[in-house]
Amino acid sequence: MPNYIDRRLNPKDKSLGNRRRFLKRAREELKRVVKEQVKSGKITDVDAQHSVPMPARGTAEPTFRPAAGTGERNYVLPGNKEFSPGDRIAKPGGGGAGSGSGAGVGEAEDDFRFMLSREEVLDLFFEDLELPDMVKLNLKEAVTFKPRRAGFAVTGAPTNINVGRTMRNSYGRRIALHRPKREQVEALAKELAELEAMPSLSTRREQIEKLREELDRMERRRRTIPYVDPVDIRFNRFEAQPLPNASAVMFCLMDVSSSMGEREKDLAKRFFVLLHLFLKRRYDRIDIVFIRHTHEAREVDEDTFFYSTQSGGTVVSTALDEMMRIIRERYPAREWNIYAAQASDGDNIAGDSEKCAALLQDELMELCQYYAYVEIIDERETEIFGATDNGTSLWRAYRTVGEKWPNFQMTRIARPADIYPVFRQLFSRQPNIRART
Amino acid sequence: MAFESGKSNLLFTSSDWNFETLSRTYDAIERIALDEMKLDIYPNQLEIISSEQMLDAYSSVGMPLMYQHWSFGKRFVFEEHFYRKGQRGLAYELVINSNPCITYLMEENTMAMQALVTAHAAFGHNHFFKNNYLFRQWTDASAILSYMEFAKKYITRCEERYGTAAVEAILDSAHAIMDHGVFRYRRPPRLSSEKERERIRERLEYEEQTYSDLWRTLPVTPGTDPKKAEGEASERKRSLNLPEENLLYFLEKNSLILDPWQREILRIVRVIAQYFYPQRQTKVMNEGCATFVHYTIMNRLFDQGRISEGVMLEILQSHTNVVFQPDFDDPRFPGINPYALGFALMQDIQRISTEPTAEDREWFPDYAGKGDWLDTLLDAWANHRDESFILQFLSPALIRKFRLFLLQDDSGKPYCEVSSIHNERGYEAIRAALARSYDIGVNQPDIQVVDVDLLGDRHLRLQHNVKNGILLENESRDAALRHVRHLWGYDVSLVGIDAESGNVLYECSTP
Repeated sequence: MPNYIDRRLNPKDKSLGNRRRFLKRAREELKRVVKEQVKSGKITDVDAQHSVPMPARGTAEPTFRPAAGTGERNYVLPGNKEFSPGDRIAKPGGGGAGSGSGAGVGEAEDDFRFMLSREEVLDLFFEDLELPDMVKLNLKEAVTFKPRRAGFAVTGAPTNINVGRTMRNSYGRRIALHRPKREQVEALAKELAELEAMPSLSTRREQIEKLREELDRMERRRRTIPYVDPVDIRFNRFEAQPLPNASAVMFCLMDVSSSMGEREKDLAKRFFVLLHLFLKRRYDRIDIVFIRHTHEAREVDEDTFFYSTQSGGTVVSTALDEMMRIIRERYPAREWNIYAAQASDGDNIAGDSEKCAALLQDELMELCQYYAYVEIIDERETEIFGATDNGTSLWRAYRTVGEKWPNFQMTRIARPADIYPVFRQLFSRQPNIRART
Repeated sequence: MAFESGKSNLLFTSSDWNFETLSRTYDAIERIALDEMKLDIYPNQLEIISSEQMLDAYSSVGMPLMYQHWSFGKRFVFEEHFYRKGQRGLAYELVINSNPCITYLMEENTMAMQALVTAHAAFGHNHFFKNNYLFRQWTDASAILSYMEFAKKYITRCEERYGTAAVEAILDSAHAIMDHGVFRYRRPPRLSSEKERERIRERLEYEEQTYSDLWRTLPVTPGTDPKKAEGEASERKRSLNLPEENLLYFLEKNSLILDPWQREILRIVRVIAQYFYPQRQTKVMNEGCATFVHYTIMNRLFDQGRISEGVMLEILQSHTNVVFQPDFDDPRFPGINPYALGFALMQDIQRISTEPTAEDREWFPDYAGKGDWLDTLLDAWANHRDESFILQFLSPALIRKFRLFLLQDDSGKPYCEVSSIHNERGYEAIRAALARSYDIGVNQPDIQVVDVDLLGDRHLRLQHNVKNGILLENESRDAALRHVRHLWGYDVSLVGIDAESGNVLYECSTP
């Protein structure tokens, strides 16, 4: 009798630990690949599975193994059809003929790709940006509110009067205070009328007097004890309940004049990607609007936004105007959470920066949940600008906006690691909101 | 009537399996295997697993218990990728050379397939494991499972104690020279897991008792006393037993820098390498034996009326796929299929034994026409490995059937030359060449430790005996050499010497 064991219910994923070790091992290489893919892919693609080539560096398994293409070998092969001894066969381009299974495996591994899960991709992506773990996990948020019935209140608008509850209160009060009912009054009045119709007798007159007094008392009581008293009235009470999800629109504004080079665009893109990732966790639906500008601004698609160049001067306010126009046309602030991220190298035509600040102060900041301005600077400039308030005219003008609006963030970045501080404020607001609800 | 009794005789009718039909079929197979085929097997333990578990088993080189290492993760990712894409199917079964012999059966198999793989693995492979001289001599089937359990626990404990990175570094280096971590000629000491564990425990306890942090603070002065060191060194040199082909063994015993736990890890890798060494030498025979056994048993079951024609067709279709041998110019050609070659060889022995031709009588006078094919096979299974088996049993008829030809590839010439084909003059050459291609000793680079300058810079000298001018892949060689250096602790050099002429072909050393 054989010994059968059913192992199907044993825990699966015995290799998970090995896979984790492998990814850790290949980390640097994978990071580079993910970075490359983020750079060339779409913003929304970051938050998905990625197929990456098998990393060769760091995961090679060296051994002492024979090199193909050296020495003298003999192969025994099946299926001879036309060869006779002494026939010569030209060697195919690479390596010896039928160089066996060993070489085949190596080749297969080269163009072999495997899937990284979304979490693994984000892990690799976040690592470069130096986000604290807390932030990475802190992804639930509530932003809009919807009224919800929550019991009754003694005050409120007349439209919210709850008739049923009000009438119940009034009924109880009427019973408690013995307010005469209409039937009682009518019955008394009828009795009185009958008595009056009869021939008048002294005894009856007394009786009629008594009844009249009684009727009078009842009428008075009915008047002093109102049918519905203000104390009876109850209103439906509504509480503002936070709604976790709504729609958001993200405006990406970027200066594409010639002063923005490859490096600047890459940094800007990373910043946009991060904002998008962040918003994606808060909102069900996100639209992204790309506005690029030189001396005039235009809404474009993502490819054009990142990859095509345009020459011209720099008038930042045109982009803000364009954004205002789009908000007015398509994204009413009541229905949309508006986020904006602007990347620029700080160049602006003289006198325009003040106009930008004014535009933001007067109109845009009221509509926006959050406005982030990143100024991409040269790494050498970090030393100079690091702590000072000085800077380009745009920077100085925006500083006045930042002082007034807490949801306006601005920073200078020179390296990917600098991007995070921009978000710190944004993320750190979470606990407050949660505490409020 | 006959039809009715035949029907009631069937082991199973549905294509779905359950444990009742499984064990009924097992019993029927066992009767044929033991009584008619005279197989001698370890007790069987059959385990039903799912496809995920099969993938898991794949990546840990088929062992039910394995320590953790990233390279297994890499293999898993690789296998999983091809499986998910449908480019590669999973094996129907997996069998482990252990006592009791563990066979994994996939849950997705139909009942017909379960019957086939039971015969194939639980009897064919099992018999081969138990009887072949290589396995008997070099592996210890009853100890391997408890040893793997010990190895896994030990490495986990080391990871906890010394950190994953430190353990990984040692394992990486050990894996790099794993192929050179086997005794080819000397019999390895048998491992007894109880003693083993006891020894480790004592070793660790001793270490803990004698641990003193003060030692760490002593300044390191190499070669404190020259005279004393000289005496010790010559002593050590004698005891080194050079040259040594088992690099892992040499490093485990003689490395000057390894801690006891690191030596123990080298030992674990070495034991596993040794355990798998016979399997690498008997691929054709092992698969041929299992295929021949399942083919014979299934046909017997069909003859007895225990399985229906439909089931037999399914089995034959699967069997034909397994023993399919594409021609060399076929895009599917992956090399010679060990199932096909092995099965053809076994069947050929049966044919020669029962209905030989004149040619067979001339080539194989020992058993041609004697009719005792089973004894011949049992004897071959027990006493041969691939190389010797092919050299002994590959018949001209089979060479003609496969239309084998011999191709000479000299890296210096722009062409390959056909030196022999399946004709009278070519048989011997083809047979010898095919046999040689299964000789691991020939195909694996021969690298040995030849000298250690213990008195001077402790330089470890390795020598590669180059055969037929086949060199090593440079990049991989240098990286592997760095791993050897990591384990040795001092400089290591490798010299390639032509085995025939004795000329130095290359020389390299770690910086």
